[in-house]
Amino acid sequence: MSLSPLLFIILIPIIGALFSATGVMPRRWATIASGLNLILVLVLWAVYPAGQGEWAFTSKLPVMPALDINFSLGADRLSLIMLLLSTIVTFAAVLVSPARMEKGEGMFYACILFISAGAIGAFASTDVFFFYMFHELALIPTFLLIGIWGSGDRQAAAWRITVYLALGSFILLIGLLGLYFITPEPVRTFDMRKLQEMGGIIPPVGWVYATLLVGFGILISLFPFHSWAPQAYASAPAPAAMMHAGVLKKFGLYGMLRLTVPIFGDSVEWVTHLLLILLVGNILYIGLVTIAQRKLDWMLGYSSVMHMGYIFLGIAGLNVLSLSGASILMLAHGLSIAALFALAGEIRSRTGTLEFSHLGGLAKQFPGMAFLFGLAAMASIGLPGFANFAGEVLVFFGAFAAGSSAEATRLAGFNFYQIVTVCSLWGVVISAVYMLRSYRNVFFGDALGKAPTGSDLSFVTRSAVTLLILALLLVGFFPGLVTGGLVQSLIP
Amino acid sequence: MQLYNPVILEIIVVTTGFVVLLAEAFSPKVDRRTIAATALFGLALALIATFLVDPGAIQRSGGSLAQFYSADFLAIYFKQFSIVATMLTIILSLEYSSVLERGIPGSRPGAGVAEFLTIPIFACAGLMWMVSAVDFIMIFVSLELVTISFYVLVPYTRLKDRSLEAGVKYLILGALSTGFLVYGITWIFGVTQTTSLVAITELRSYLTTDARLPLLFGVGLVLVSIGFKVAAFPFQFWIPDVYQGAPTPVTAFLSVGSKAAGFVVLLRVLEPFLAIQGVGPKLIGLLVVTASATLLFGNLAALLQNNVKRLMAYSSVAHAGYLLVGVASVGAAVSGQAIGFYLTGYLLMTFLAFFVLVLVSKASGGEEIDKFNGLGKRSPFLAFAMMLAMVSLAGMPFTVGFFGKFLIFTAAVEEGQWLLVIFGAITVACGFYYYLKVVRAMYWQSAPDDAPAIEVPVYVRFTMVILMALIITLGIFPQSLLTLLSASK
Repeated sequence: MSLSPLLFIILIPIIGALFSATGVMPRRWATIASGLNLILVLVLWAVYPAGQGEWAFTSKLPVMPALDINFSLGADRLSLIMLLLSTIVTFAAVLVSPARMEKGEGMFYACILFISAGAIGAFASTDVFFFYMFHELALIPTFLLIGIWGSGDRQAAAWRITVYLALGSFILLIGLLGLYFITPEPVRTFDMRKLQEMGGIIPPVGWVYATLLVGFGILISLFPFHSWAPQAYASAPAPAAMMHAGVLKKFGLYGMLRLTVPIFGDSVEWVTHLLLILLVGNILYIGLVTIAQRKLDWMLGYSSVMHMGYIFLGIAGLNVLSLSGASILMLAHGLSIAALFALAGEIRSRTGTLEFSHLGGLAKQFPGMAFLFGLAAMASIGLPGFANFAGEVLVFFGAFAAGSSAEATRLAGFNFYQIVTVCSLWGVVISAVYMLRSYRNVFFGDALGKAPTGSDLSFVTRSAVTLLILALLLVGFFPGLVTGGLVQSLIP
Repeated sequence: MQLYNPVILEIIVVTTGFVVLLAEAFSPKVDRRTIAATALFGLALALIATFLVDPGAIQRSGGSLAQFYSADFLAIYFKQFSIVATMLTIILSLEYSSVLERGIPGSRPGAGVAEFLTIPIFACAGLMWMVSAVDFIMIFVSLELVTISFYVLVPYTRLKDRSLEAGVKYLILGALSTGFLVYGITWIFGVTQTTSLVAITELRSYLTTDARLPLLFGVGLVLVSIGFKVAAFPFQFWIPDVYQGAPTPVTAFLSVGSKAAGFVVLLRVLEPFLAIQGVGPKLIGLLVVTASATLLFGNLAALLQNNVKRLMAYSSVAHAGYLLVGVASVGAAVSGQAIGFYLTGYLLMTFLAFFVLVLVSKASGGEEIDKFNGLGKRSPFLAFAMMLAMVSLAGMPFTVGFFGKFLIFTAAVEEGQWLLVIFGAITVACGFYYYLKVVRAMYWQSAPDDAPAIEVPVYVRFTMVILMALIITLGIFPQSLLTLLSASK
């Protein structure tokens, strides 16, 4: 068995967490661990042979031979994108964490790093079983982070997200077991790389696909299983919200790209149609709900649920364009929502509130913060130049071209995919409405409520957010940087 | 190496029991630590001997013993299991003995502690015979040995009303369940003219259609009795009160040892009958209904508990439910391994939780969840141990509890037991809620100012570290244990 470098990027945060948990200089340990991890992933990114789009850095250790479960690691372009997202956001989350904390500083960083290890482990595993296990590793740290350091109705939020996600995970597990048992006996496996190539071999059984969709859907906050998300993100401390909304939620999407897309494709029509209908719910219904929010943190929480709709559309589109778009959008959304949550946390610590009716005119006092928030908001809306734009354009083009010829249900000459795409386009308008409104509300106009205290963003926080936004701009201007070999990961 | 006849195992255990008992009787000044050490030494000897026995010795000797005593891999594994559980109980009892002294009348301090350390050894012998029993008479006798030992242990702290109440409840319901067992055995004997499970297996193809109904009735009664032992719905109602009232080490022993042996007997009893046409499918149906009800009841009732001991009691019912899911999916290839693995995990995490509970309640004088408030600050080691036990019981990945549930539900999905899978999904989510209630108390809440410091003696810390290491190691690499268990299939 060869040793994969991916093992190190899983172990570094865990070791960092153990050091942090001792309570001796936890912030320093966390910064070192997350910074080192980011550098390592960049190195892996650089040495990855992009041209062929093959699996690299693989290793395999048998765990349960009877069921063909192995602790196997490996990465292709899609995994690397997700690993890059995880490590950038972790680094930023550690940097924007409050420098002084009243209680349990060591525990706080340990929790952040454990979430990071869980996400990285999931994205680096090529065994479905470990992919699943790593994701759940993040559940308890999230529970503790929201419960101990959260704000507002933190207890209810922590219970809700934990129990809801535990339920979702279990449904997902049943779906994965179902997938295992519908596979013809001699080729049964939990190996993701083998499963990806079994599109024609595994029979298209509707209930398995639907169970997987619901399981993943709960974890991604697919409408109508989204209600845990806004509440949890609103109550969570900013770094926890960044990790969860930015990184962890992508687990389900990644799982769909890896499993349901190559294995089931559009072979089960009713599940595909169900997904298309629900994602319109994500975009339009949740979009309108987002507009109605009166608090910045809730608005951001709902907007992150809403943006999942575009990624679902890309996944449902099932062609090269839309799937690539979905992958880029996963990265882009993770970075932009992390930046927004980081800034929202900064606002809260200065004003003590995030209610729109108590905020206003912050740009005068905090010009640096206003500038960065503006950029992050523009990215989230999908302005050209940011990675979000590249992703959304590909998704819309891809989805519009999907399923065009054979589709029977047509309305005014449009097929089902096209109708859904047209509906989804309105989401862009909706997100412009709520983002711009909140930006104006918070940073311009007259100062309301009591005057905020403190000075503009500290150098460390500013660098962390700038890092996220620079990454967005870089991918936005040069999407080719991330797409080399991506097609082969998406359509094996 | 296969050196000894397996019978020697029980002989070692019983001898240890008598030595310890007599030592206390003849030299009352012996320190209780010495007594515990002697007991542990004897049990450790028996544990080592389990690896050296020759399972085939009894069958080859051809004596009458072979008709009711089996030393197959399943039996040997669960003998080891019982010995380990007993050793952990004794370590826990030693830690608990200062609390125990306050609950028993005695002319001098420390009187009666030695018996408390000894009786579990006899219960252990009972458990070891129970897992070897392949004849209803043997099952009955060994079961009674276990139950009578517990009749003594449960109300042991007899100055406490709650303990006495628990004792009376356990006595009456235990006797009732024995009645069911004997009555069931009579019906089965009436139909088959034998009490040997081996003989029933050979005879099943000769059974007429008329024999099915009385046979089903008899097996049903036996299942009722086993249902009492393993805490299956609707025979679980004694569990919360007895678990709460009994001295904590006894609660731990009762919930692990008694349950494990009960499941082994259940598997042994079911095996010959499942293959009988017209009886087997009905029994599976019965098990599905029982498992669903046990899952729902245990998990839903646990949601509202505020006392850790009662929480563990309902959790014991809940886990009986998951194990019954495994039994109901007995046709699946992994089912046997799954049950063995689950029980082993259950042993590790339950004892870990009870170790923390004993230490915390000794220091703070209560067993409510709020006694755990702020434990994360007061004693990070204990808090982490408890968190590990709780998340493992809830079925978190990278702990042994997850692989247990995974294997059980693998069997259920393979057998297509959809009802059980759906109830499983609901109850696993419930589990996260009530187990994390303890985690919340430890980490979210702050400790009261007068909270006492908690001392953890070295030998307890050592035991707990081993348990924790096993929980995590088996949660990542379960294969070592599965290999051991696949030999038992």
